[in-house]
Amino acid sequence: MSWIDIGHIDEVPLHGARIVKTRAGCIALFRTAEAEVFAAADACPHKGGPLSEGIVHGQSVTCPLHNWVFDLNTGQAQGEDGRIATYPLRLEEGRILLDGAALDKRRAA
Amino acid sequence: MTEKLVVIGAGMASGRVIEHLIEADPDAYDITLFNAEPRGNYNRIMLSPVLSGDKTYADIVTHDDAWYAAHGVTCRFGEHVVRIDREAKLVEGQNGPVPYDKLIIATGSAPFIIPVPGKDLPGVITYRDLDDTNAMIEAAGKGGKAVVIGGGLLGLEAAAGLSERGMDVTVLHLMGHLMERQLDEAAGYLLRKDLEGRGITIRTQASTKAILGEDRAEAVLLESGETLGADLVVMAVGIRPETRLATDAGLEVARGIEVNAQMQSLTDPDIYAVGECVEFDGHLFGLVAPLYDQARVLARSLLGEPDAFVVRDTATKLKVTGCDLFSAGDFAEGEGREDIVLRDPARGIYKRLVIEDDRLVGAVMYGDTADGNWFFGLIKDETGIEEMRETLIFGPAFQGEGAADPLSAVAALPPEAEICGCNGICKGTIVQAIEGGAADLGAIRAQTKASASCGTCTGLVEQLLQVTLGDEFQMPTAQPVCGCTDLCHEDVRRLIKSRELKSQPAVWQELGWKTPNGCHVCRPAVNFYLLADWPLEHQDDPQSRFVNERKHANIQKDGTFSVVPRMWGGITNPRELRAIADAAEKYDVPTVKVTGGQRIDLLGVKGEDLPAIWADLNRAGLVSGHAYSKGLRTVKTCVGTDHCRFGTQDSTGLGIRLEQILWGSWTPHKVKLAVSGCPRNCAEATCKDVGIVCVDSGYQVGVGGAAGMDVKETERLADVATEQEAIDVTVAFVQLYRENARYLDRPYKWLAKVGLDWVRARVADPGERARLIEAFELSQSIYRKDPWAEHAKKADRFRPLADLTLEAAE
Ligand code: SRM
Ligand SMILES: Cc1cc2nc3c(=O)[nH]c(=O)nc-3n(C[C@H](O)[C@H](O)[C@H](O)COP(=O)(O)OP(=O)(O)OC[C@H]3O[C@@H](n4cnc5c(N)ncnc54)[C@H](O)[C@@H]3O)c2cc1C
Ligand code: SF4
Ligand code: FES
Repeated sequence: MSWIDIGHIDEVPLHGARIVKTRAGCIALFRTAEAEVFAAADACPHKGGPLSEGIVHGQSVTCPLHNWVFDLNTGQAQGEDGRIATYPLRLEEGRILLDGAALDKRRAA
Repeated sequence: MTEKLVVIGAGMASGRVIEHLIEADPDAYDITLFNAEPRGNYNRIMLSPVLSGDKTYADIVTHDDAWYAAHGVTCRFGEHVVRIDREAKLVEGQNGPVPYDKLIIATGSAPFIIPVPGKDLPGVITYRDLDDTNAMIEAAGKGGKAVVIGGGLLGLEAAAGLSERGMDVTVLHLMGHLMERQLDEAAGYLLRKDLEGRGITIRTQASTKAILGEDRAEAVLLESGETLGADLVVMAVGIRPETRLATDAGLEVARGIEVNAQMQSLTDPDIYAVGECVEFDGHLFGLVAPLYDQARVLARSLLGEPDAFVVRDTATKLKVTGCDLFSAGDFAEGEGREDIVLRDPARGIYKRLVIEDDRLVGAVMYGDTADGNWFFGLIKDETGIEEMRETLIFGPAFQGEGAADPLSAVAALPPEAEICGCNGICKGTIVQAIEGGAADLGAIRAQTKASASCGTCTGLVEQLLQVTLGDEFQMPTAQPVCGCTDLCHEDVRRLIKSRELKSQPAVWQELGWKTPNGCHVCRPAVNFYLLADWPLEHQDDPQSRFVNERKHANIQKDGTFSVVPRMWGGITNPRELRAIADAAEKYDVPTVKVTGGQRIDLLGVKGEDLPAIWADLNRAGLVSGHAYSKGLRTVKTCVGTDHCRFGTQDSTGLGIRLEQILWGSWTPHKVKLAVSGCPRNCAEATCKDVGIVCVDSGYQVGVGGAAGMDVKETERLADVATEQEAIDVTVAFVQLYRENARYLDRPYKWLAKVGLDWVRARVADPGERARLIEAFELSQSIYRKDPWAEHAKKADRFRPLADLTLEAAE
């Protein structure tokens, strides 16, 4: 594990998202509650919709293009045959940390 | 022992016979099916929608190869039968003979060709089968002129289809008015007007003398000596039963092959006939409803079960979108007959009922045919109409307990009432199917065939679904907003007001939401309701908005955005145009398009460039056009008194003032306005949510128009004398809509629920009007501002939170 500091949680709007650019495409950070953030792929497996632009509710996000709903814990799409990659994330005193090793694996895959 | 059944002709009648046989006893016959057309049974009625482009051949196939294979039918398609040898009991096809025990002749009919010189030239087509239809589609692809000879059902459907495909069409009709066999003069006149309105030329009392041309049709010569240029000539003057095989085989043939009530030929007990090729009791047949009765009887005869065919009245409809006509029974005038006529010239409606001895004997309707089947039922059942004579013409909704609910008319129909005229399916059969589990149109079509032929009864079948399922299921209006709550939209709105709920968490908590903070369906709705009722207290929540409203730009399919600056009332100037051009160049905008709303769309802008392009546009005085919002979109105007010789008022100025008052406001769904300077209505005001038409005496304010998924004309809210009053009425209307409508109902949908009268009364009341305007102004004190200017300041929010592409790999 190699944790990388991405930014402060308040830079992500509550019930909103921001993206992080990586060499293998964008990752989205979803802020589902005051002190809860999930990291997952930004591209919808349906037709590539930008999930970071979707509506965040509960621990889920709805794709803005055709309303697929993803559980951010597992990445699984509700009632659809599709899943997004999710990434380990830590919150330390308001700082968001992502695991560099997991991101690298994503590039290799 | 399986007998050999040979069928000549794979049309709509024989197709139905085979279905009945297979359903009743799949092993009774070993079936061989000949068809001159190189294909099996399809829904011939639907060739007209194929011609006009609304359907494809694949949509109208009744039996495909797999169906024939599954039921063991030997198909000899594309093969003419050339002879019937009754002695040897053989049918001779072009590719060889087949023996039969029983034979069905179902050869349909052949189009009648008027014997004029030139009738055989290439470019002269009849209208009977798919090949004819394809030939017309191909000819229409080259454009040019078409002459359709014959103004009956077939000719007019051909004319409408060809005109839809861009040809310049003339219809020649021998008689004084169109469809004279089905329509009286008045209805014929309305039909003609509608067809002419779509650019088709109609010539009545026009007799064709010859078709002219060297090696293909070039013109039609009339008896009057006049010639009409024609790249395509369609002959649709009538049909005659196709009886050649029967005549040659020595069967008794009058105009059609003569059969008894068991559909057996009068000459040979092993030979049957069905469909348009038969004659029964002096009658010929040209519509499918009686053919389906024949098919049922014939199948039962073949299985040795008693049944008898009886001739019934038939009703006619024309399958040309926008020409609603209905005719049934006998509507000739006569001794002892009485007419009831209803006309609404403004809406192009004509209804005539013919009554004899307290019975309805005929009905002709044009423009509004919704009650057609009800009248048809009265005719067929010879119902006594004394008691309802006064209100008869207003239809079933006005009979009995006077319910104005459209569903109650359907509910009131007796079980024997025929719903699907083509297939003779009555209400009882459909209701039975629904009660047996058929829960949608598809299932009902599969099980009962209702609405599966010409489709004009689809609406009725849907109403039956509603009426029948209504008891078990909640009515659609009471449907909960989404899975997060059991409350419907109306209840949520009411409770937000009455319990003074002023934030989303208050709503989740007090109204018992089942999820922590809603979902993508309820959150945008609740956010709007709060904002509309508590503009000062509720903080608009961008995270409860669909991406377009959150980003103040429309997301495109590739994830880029479009940017549409406001052009007040459609007016612009060189400075604005230069700023738009500069921005387009600077941000590499791939497409610059003039929209249907009188302004310019920059399409394909990258998300992270949005704040910068907005800032640039802002500097030239351009602000957001809210092309993405459930809010005020555009106010279209015409040039009005500024330039136009017909303008009566300053329509451009009024449009700009309205846009400046209303812009930035959020509404249940989008709101579009237009102001036209005179009744010529160049701004298309009569199909907008609010449309104002200026006249000499002032302003006509109409509301509830639509021109998207539904098309609707506005209805008059008020006629006012001054510009200020026009503005006041408009603002009051918009605020009433904001306060009451359900989220995602356009004004016309909302009006259909609350009724225009209620709205008119509220807006007309001076006290209420003032309150509405004041409430709107209060809300606008927060929302009448440019969101682009605000967001341009937060540019960093549009950029990635972090960029790890430069991090060193491990
Ligand atoms: C740009 C434009 C087409 C054009 O190139 O001209 C357009 C583009 C879109 N229209 Fe439209 N409509 C445009 C004029 C119209 C018009 C004509 C008019 O306004 O005079 C209509 C019919 C009039 C009406 O609204 O009744 C129209 C009826 C619709 C509808 C059907 C609405 C309805 O209630 O029936 C939708 C779907 C919806 O809103 O749910 C829609 C939705 C859309 C969306 C937003 C689809 C979407 O969700 O992505 C399109 C966005 C394209 C984009 O990315 O920019 N658009 N749309 C027009 C923008 C006008 C403007 O300046 O703001
Ligand atoms: C464009 C159009 C629109 C119509 N609209 C309506 C409508 O709205 N409502 C309505 O009720 N009716 C409508 N009709 C009429 C309806 O389609 C006919 O009444 C019905 O198809 C007749 O069925 P049938 O089986 O008798 O003949 P068809 O369906 O014509 O079938 C006869 C078949 O026999 C074949 N055949 C003929 N001779 C031979 C031979 N010697 N050997 C082998 N095969 C042979 C033919 O190729 C044909 O395929 C319409 C017809 C057309 C053409
Ligand atoms: S009609 Fe409107 S919604 Fe449909 S594709 Fe065109 S712009 Fe998009
Ligand atoms: S692209 Fe996400 S649902 Fe279609």
